[in-house]
Amino acid sequence: METPLTRFIRPNEESLLLSEYEKRGGYTAVRKALKGFAPEEVTNLVKDSTLAGRGGAGFPTGLKWSFVPMGDDAPRPKYFVVNADEMEPGTFKDRMLLEGDQHQLIEGIIIGAYAVQAEVAYIFLRAHYNLTELRMKRAIQEAYDAGYLGKNILGTGYNLDLHLHVSAGRYICGEETALLNSLEGKRAVPRAKPPFPQLSGLFGRPTVVNNVETVCNIPHIIEHGAEWYKGLSNSSHGGTKIYGVSGRAQRPGWWELPLGTTAREIIEEHAGGMLPGHTLRGMLPGGGSTDFLTTEHLDVKLDFESVPAAGSRFGTGTMIILDDKTCPVGFVYNLLKFYARESCGWCTPCREGLPWIARMVKSIEDGNGEMGDLDILAQQTRSLGPGKTFCAHAPGAMEPLQSALKYFKDDFVSHITGKRCPWRG
Amino acid sequence: MITIYIDNVPYEVNENQNLLQASLSLGFNLPYFCWHPALHSVGSCRQCAVKVFKDENDTRGRIIMSCMTAASDGVRLSIDDPEARAFRGNVTEWLMLNHPHDCPVCDEGGECHLQDMTVMTGHNYRRSRFKKRTYLNQDLGPFLSHEMNRCIQCYRCVRFYRDYAGGRDFNVFSAHDGVYFGRYEEGTLESPFSGNLVEICPTGVFTDKTLKEHPVRKWDLQTSPSICAQCGLGCNTIVGERYGTLRRVLNRYNGRVNRYFLCDRGRYGYEFVNHPDRLREPTLRSRESVRVSADSNGESGVESGERNLGRSVEAITETTDRVRSIIGRSRKVIGIGSPTASLESNYALRNLVGVENFSSGLPQREDELNKLVARVLSETAAHTVSLAEIEHADAVFVLGEDVVNVAPLAELALRQSVRTTPDATAEAQLHIPDWDDRAVREAVQDKKGPMFVATPYAVSLDEFAVRSYRGTPEDIAILANAVAHIIDPENAPAPDHVGETERVLAETIAGTLGLAAKPLIVSGTTLGSKAVLEAAANVATALAEEGKDAGIFMTVSESNSVGTAFLGGMSLDEANEKISSGEADTLIVMENDLYRRMDTSQADFMLQKAEQVIVLDYLRSPTSQRADVVVPVGTVAESSGTFVNNEGRAQRFYEVMNPDEIVQSSWKWLNLFGNPYYEGKVIWDSLDYMLDTIARQMPLFAPIKQIAPSASSVKNGLRIPRESHRFSGRTATGANISVHEPKPPQDSDTPMSYTMEGRRSQIPPALIARLWAPRWNSVQALTRFQEEVDGPLRGGDPGVKIGAPRAKREESDPSAAYFPQRDEALHIEEGKLLLLPSYHIYGSEPTSAISAAVSKRVPKPYIGLSAADAESMGLAEGDTVGFTVGDKQISLPYHKVKGLPSGVGVLPVGLTGTEHFAVPGWGTIPQKGEL
Repeated sequence: METPLTRFIRPNEESLLLSEYEKRGGYTAVRKALKGFAPEEVTNLVKDSTLAGRGGAGFPTGLKWSFVPMGDDAPRPKYFVVNADEMEPGTFKDRMLLEGDQHQLIEGIIIGAYAVQAEVAYIFLRAHYNLTELRMKRAIQEAYDAGYLGKNILGTGYNLDLHLHVSAGRYICGEETALLNSLEGKRAVPRAKPPFPQLSGLFGRPTVVNNVETVCNIPHIIEHGAEWYKGLSNSSHGGTKIYGVSGRAQRPGWWELPLGTTAREIIEEHAGGMLPGHTLRGMLPGGGSTDFLTTEHLDVKLDFESVPAAGSRFGTGTMIILDDKTCPVGFVYNLLKFYARESCGWCTPCREGLPWIARMVKSIEDGNGEMGDLDILAQQTRSLGPGKTFCAHAPGAMEPLQSALKYFKDDFVSHITGKRCPWRG
Repeated sequence: MITIYIDNVPYEVNENQNLLQASLSLGFNLPYFCWHPALHSVGSCRQCAVKVFKDENDTRGRIIMSCMTAASDGVRLSIDDPEARAFRGNVTEWLMLNHPHDCPVCDEGGECHLQDMTVMTGHNYRRSRFKKRTYLNQDLGPFLSHEMNRCIQCYRCVRFYRDYAGGRDFNVFSAHDGVYFGRYEEGTLESPFSGNLVEICPTGVFTDKTLKEHPVRKWDLQTSPSICAQCGLGCNTIVGERYGTLRRVLNRYNGRVNRYFLCDRGRYGYEFVNHPDRLREPTLRSRESVRVSADSNGESGVESGERNLGRSVEAITETTDRVRSIIGRSRKVIGIGSPTASLESNYALRNLVGVENFSSGLPQREDELNKLVARVLSETAAHTVSLAEIEHADAVFVLGEDVVNVAPLAELALRQSVRTTPDATAEAQLHIPDWDDRAVREAVQDKKGPMFVATPYAVSLDEFAVRSYRGTPEDIAILANAVAHIIDPENAPAPDHVGETERVLAETIAGTLGLAAKPLIVSGTTLGSKAVLEAAANVATALAEEGKDAGIFMTVSESNSVGTAFLGGMSLDEANEKISSGEADTLIVMENDLYRRMDTSQADFMLQKAEQVIVLDYLRSPTSQRADVVVPVGTVAESSGTFVNNEGRAQRFYEVMNPDEIVQSSWKWLNLFGNPYYEGKVIWDSLDYMLDTIARQMPLFAPIKQIAPSASSVKNGLRIPRESHRFSGRTATGANISVHEPKPPQDSDTPMSYTMEGRRSQIPPALIARLWAPRWNSVQALTRFQEEVDGPLRGGDPGVKIGAPRAKREESDPSAAYFPQRDEALHIEEGKLLLLPSYHIYGSEPTSAISAAVSKRVPKPYIGLSAADAESMGLAEGDTVGFTVGDKQISLPYHKVKGLPSGVGVLPVGLTGTEHFAVPGWGTIPQKGEL
């Protein structure tokens, strides 16, 4: 089984220096792309590879790039931005890639920026990823020193500057347009689309925003081709995926597996099954803002088609599992509290609705709930649904709640009728 | 035009708008909060949700925000869809979760958009059982009260204050449900447009603090359409009265003038109407007592022959008899009019004393400058742009004027004009519609269209300018003429002595203006330089001669400056000459304080020399203290008439206070004094009569009859009521005197009434006394008065342009279109200090300056010098310096003025405590310490 993304990652050890990375074959993809491919050919190759964005939405990467205006009369400068603001509850996949192998990401950035002919690239890093900050600064300097960044890269005449920007630490900065506002020094409030960032993005210029894991795939696609890349997967989209498990499993963690691996394989084989005395009740398959799946969904392939068919979202591909020793109401409240706090405050449903919902769920958890609350909650999950809010933040926050109300309604009711949380002593 | 379907009914609408604009234009009741016609769409409140359907077979549809969706041909939407209605109700429910529901004690109550929208969406019962969030409020200074607990976070305030008006000291803080709108710390809001937050805010977060001094429920106000009299722009206002005092001023939309906004001087400068120094009864003085009264400031008046006549009809007849007898005995009567008085009053005075004895009431320099403005307005080949048109200019050249301090709303419009070019580019290249405000601003970033500013000292517009130039009036005139000559080298006069800096800059400016589609030249009278104004006109002419749609906008300092300039008359200097020579022995001074126009010694001399002085005024002044007869007249709130603004637009204002037996419009008193059929019986002439007379006698002014329907053309019962249909206390007010309902005051001057009854729909555009429509009680009802959203008022924006017909220019001499190069009198001379006027939005205009709230913002008097000059004199900010102007010795604290050339000083105009200074003019080089 090939694991291209994690091939050089040595957990709990220093990441590779540029020299070691090069010795193991690193930066060959950059040479190949910049010297052997026209920018449009890179984009077409990535399109052919069926690489889909790993940040949560799964938008085809090559297609995204193809919207960027090209040619001499395109507005300048253009920007290539890496979204490394990984703050989704239960998600730590980008962290492993960032801490474990900086040059893989830089290599992907150079190729991606070349494809859209961006002059400036940014890594927008989560505030709390201190180790990454340290290592990435070093790696960027190494890349500059080696001539992979800066002016006239590898003698091709292509110029690229790469900046590391460390976020001030808001979840909403993970939303690509809020990220751009934040990068401009403005309030991290999402922008309306259209216009899409590919046309009017950072500082009003054409901009591509890609997730860390997405960008890490790019050097391998260039190196081995689209067919090889599609062959890595068990799914209609190509590549491997970093899957993760958190919760009461024997071995919570992360694994690079073929895209389309089933939930059962991940939980039972890779995570080693549940801790003794704990029974699986459900899971959020792709981070805190995805709908619950239950034990009946264990054989669902975790990919961009099968998870939605089962009623949830693939999201970031890193699951949080719910066991029978944990109160689902408290579980959901914990998430809601987070999402209400992280609302940017721009649109009414999210700013006002989320805190209200969180307080209602808290009130149920504390034994003060009323039966009428369940109707209000159900109605609110619809009112905060997609299209009704300014961005996807609140609809995402509604996903664990709406599915909990479906799968664990009895638990909500028992809180209300018993006027206490059955899981508390 | 495109067709859209609303609930399956087809409508023709304009493209280039969004579905909310289209729906409101069609008259639908679609609730909204964050959208504003001037601030456009941002999609934050989610209140204007509707459902759209793919085609007629689509029964599911999806919810979208109408403000963020373009009206496209064939689009099918439903406002009435149950799911959309439920969602809109839910949005209001969210907004009300933390709202204090304190309507009974809230100043916004009764004209609150949040109230209206809550009712409109049908949200009734609170489902939340949790405690409400609370905030700490801030003291934002004398103009605005702050009550954050009422906030519904629509973001309009911060978008207006920062994005639209360019303010910096106000922002949105924090995040999630803790979002806070205010200053980073307590303190006075600095923007001169801050008062607009009262109308921008859809609920009671920002309310008028001056109204709190004399609170009244909004439906109890008696209101009239008025014109702001505190600068030359003529912003349209709605003034409100209760129990005999003026309570507040609101914006009145005029699509050609001020549109949605007012400045803080105009909004808060109204309180002089209620001032204790108001003259409310006639006063007669014996000649001897005039001196005593003047010396002792009037306190010992009664014993020394001063008689207040009281407020009876006899007081009117006695005053009239006295004035008629003075006029009858007089050799010659000089009438001194005023550029702050109405056209009617100035005309009545001119008529009473005779054309050749009428003075505009201005010293010669100002008089000439105003007449120059009137001439340019009539003769220029350029387009004389309206205030609202400024926003559409794509290149601007400002000459000499400190716009924000002399014509504040023009500055607000200029701040928008720099967006014209970048916004158009965003629309053309990225297809971002102009209503998509945040997307446009993201695409545009801080790109600005070209603006050049040439002034003697640093001004706030510099921030928006590509290049700013500092120089004396002489330098500025040379620069402007150089620009004109580059544009039209054949005919425009070539200036001498163009410096290298000026030559290079002139090339840049000429090139930029030449590339623009709608270049605009802004200048005015307040710098006091004829050369600058003429050179500005030359630039506009040159552009027009080159086939550009060039515009010129000239600021003037007073509400009827241009009207009096068109009316003609001699200057104050000439009037003084006639008095001092003994040719004339009697003065009638109308709504004018000579001590603000001339040197104290000059004014003293003139008033002493005149054998009889009759003063008509509304406020006690040094001039009225020296009058033999003082006649109390109405302010703009107590009289009706016409002002001609800086653009030459004649606009009507209407009295709002209940008619007073004594306090009448000046023109009424003056007509009474001159009435050949007067037989001791008081008969006031009507406004209709006055307008007919002016139109008949002076065809130039004939259009003023068309501004609004005449009083006589409107039948009783169809008059526009000054009172709302919810007006309370009509029978209770005064019930302690009589329980019988008093007869409402009669109004023979206007097509309005002092009642609750009358016409409430299809109101002529000049007569909008309040913004109200069924279900719309707040100022947001405005869309119901516009032909389409953001368009002109139904029936056309009010006001008519006055101006002599354009003279046909001789083809043989194209250079005749230009003013010749003029030797500027205002150049720096060795050993002298060139003193220029500096204006202050709060302080330079006298009536606003004594209004309670504004008076708190008036700066202390000072002499402004350049940092370099101050350094060479060893001055620190605030040090007292002494100097001489004419024969007057003056000591004032030094204040550093940025950008001022060496050898030039500025003296503030009109600040309390300073005498009248003959600025521009010359002084001695200042010395440290008192003189």
